[in-house]
Amino acid sequence: MASFIQLLVSGLATGAIYALIAVGFTLLWQTSQTINFAQGEFVMLPAFFVLGAMNFGAPFWLAALIAIALSVLILGFIFKYLIVDPMLKHGVLPLVISTIALSLFLKESAKDFYSSQAQPFPALVPPIDLHFLGAVISVQSITVLAVAIATVVALHLLLNNTRLGRMMQATAQNPTLARILGVPVARMVLYTFLINGVLVAIASILISPIYLAKFTNGEVLGMAAFLAAIIGGFNQVRGAILGGVILGVLDNLSAAYISSQYRAAFPLIILIVVILWRPQGLLGRAEERTV
Amino acid sequence: MSRIGAIALAAAVVAALVLPHFLKGYGIYLISMWAVLSIAALGLNLTLGYAGQVSLAQGAFVGIGAYTVSLLLQAGWPFPIAFVAAAIVCFAVGWGLGYPALRVQHHYLAFVTLAFNTLIFLVLRNEEWLTHGIYGISGIMRPVLLGWSTAKPLAFYYFCFGMMTLVAAGLWWMIRSPWGRAFVALRENPIRALSLGLDTRRYTLMAFAIGSSLGGIAGALYAPLVQFIEPNSFALAMSFNLLLMVIVGGSGYFFGPFLGALIAVLLPEWLRVTEGYYLIVYAAAIMAMMVVCPTGLFGLVERAARALRTKRAPPAAAPALQTDRTRP
Repeated sequence: MASFIQLLVSGLATGAIYALIAVGFTLLWQTSQTINFAQGEFVMLPAFFVLGAMNFGAPFWLAALIAIALSVLILGFIFKYLIVDPMLKHGVLPLVISTIALSLFLKESAKDFYSSQAQPFPALVPPIDLHFLGAVISVQSITVLAVAIATVVALHLLLNNTRLGRMMQATAQNPTLARILGVPVARMVLYTFLINGVLVAIASILISPIYLAKFTNGEVLGMAAFLAAIIGGFNQVRGAILGGVILGVLDNLSAAYISSQYRAAFPLIILIVVILWRPQGLLGRAEERTV
Repeated sequence: MSRIGAIALAAAVVAALVLPHFLKGYGIYLISMWAVLSIAALGLNLTLGYAGQVSLAQGAFVGIGAYTVSLLLQAGWPFPIAFVAAAIVCFAVGWGLGYPALRVQHHYLAFVTLAFNTLIFLVLRNEEWLTHGIYGISGIMRPVLLGWSTAKPLAFYYFCFGMMTLVAAGLWWMIRSPWGRAFVALRENPIRALSLGLDTRRYTLMAFAIGSSLGGIAGALYAPLVQFIEPNSFALAMSFNLLLMVIVGGSGYFFGPFLGALIAVLLPEWLRVTEGYYLIVYAAAIMAMMVVCPTGLFGLVERAARALRTKRAPPAAAPALQTDRTRP
């Protein structure tokens, strides 16, 4: 029981980070039909921004802010204007190729311009363990969970309780109608890219103390984001959250109780089952088929 | 095919036959790799470009083909039988992978096939009793066919090139047959195809099975070419690379995969002059290329040709055949 609680909490923590990444991923899909195959690398990169800023002598909190700003600028703004916009009108596949190339680009850049070695990354909190019903729970897991939940709640409030958020939702649901009603659709799409920039930066800062900052981190994280987004529902923010949490917990539990060799296989099998049984995802709405 | 196209094709074939004599070992290895990957890309082009079924699992089929051939050769089977077995196994597995395509399309299908690719990779890595896991299989012998040994690099290149030509000829014939028309119908408007009495279910499965078996054939040549296979060669990166070849060359254009494979194989090598940064430059070049010509290089050629034609002919003449992308 104690080990189960331990696994559950650490699984929830990783799952919460996956959820952040998956939420950004679905936001891009909803507003611009961008399947961002570089999302994992987007999470890998801000950690190097933090380390770079700290090399210049910035304290951690300032470096984190700089990383978030850079991430919004480069992974949000520049990504949209330089790569997504010219490709959008040509359908999904050319953009898929572009983002695959972008992931290679970012990975190799981090390797060549920073380091190919895993870099230690400052932890947000001191390494203290709490004891609860015989289980050992690190303060780090709790902090990760708290920050992730706070971020998701903030995003939820923004999307549902502000005029801006409702305009963004309108853009996602029916861009044509939104435009007719006077919503500046292009700007709303841009905002989702900027929000994605913030989300990946936060996820990066949360996960790097655990995984270390390494140029290959994106492979695992990107895959997790896809899986979470699809399992939960491609067109729903709460679907992506559910998917991320399921994935994190399942990953931990299956590695411990079933087979560590095939731990990577369980999410994939769930993915295939979900797609075949409920293509729109667990919480998703059915999309209309295009003829 | 236009006269210019025929001349260009003839020149390309002559170059492919003569050029290797002037190349050293590594150069011959690279163009052999080009021939092998072209076969896999041709298969993917059939599934994706003609039949419109997105697949991110072609690399897995190259892997299944390569492992089938290597394991059968190790068990002492002759190469031709192992080769055919690889194609048949991939045909069967590809047929099975076609079933999800009956239920979901587009990006969902992309994700199912992506998951399938990773599952195959995990099986190749973890089932050590069969595949030797991460240690891979080494010492794969190149075949002796009717007394002709292909052990030398140049001989093996001609063998690969011959197989590529055979596959391409078969595919060329198929695309012009009613089957090819049916595949295109599947891509352009499945509902109309169904209402015209086309068994879309069977053709969808066929598109996957045939495309996959070409992946298997490529794998069956890949193994004796590299003479060492391991699971990592057939992970997602391989599938992405094959997809890139098809899209960069021009998806739905018959000769697109050849050009795409040439770029994907040679460009990184040429960029080696940029030292450690060659992959960065390569990735940037691909992104730039996609911005300039999202329909691939053959799309660009077609656009240029059309611009020339409309300049020469009166503007009303052209549009009737423009949507027929099956013509190279």
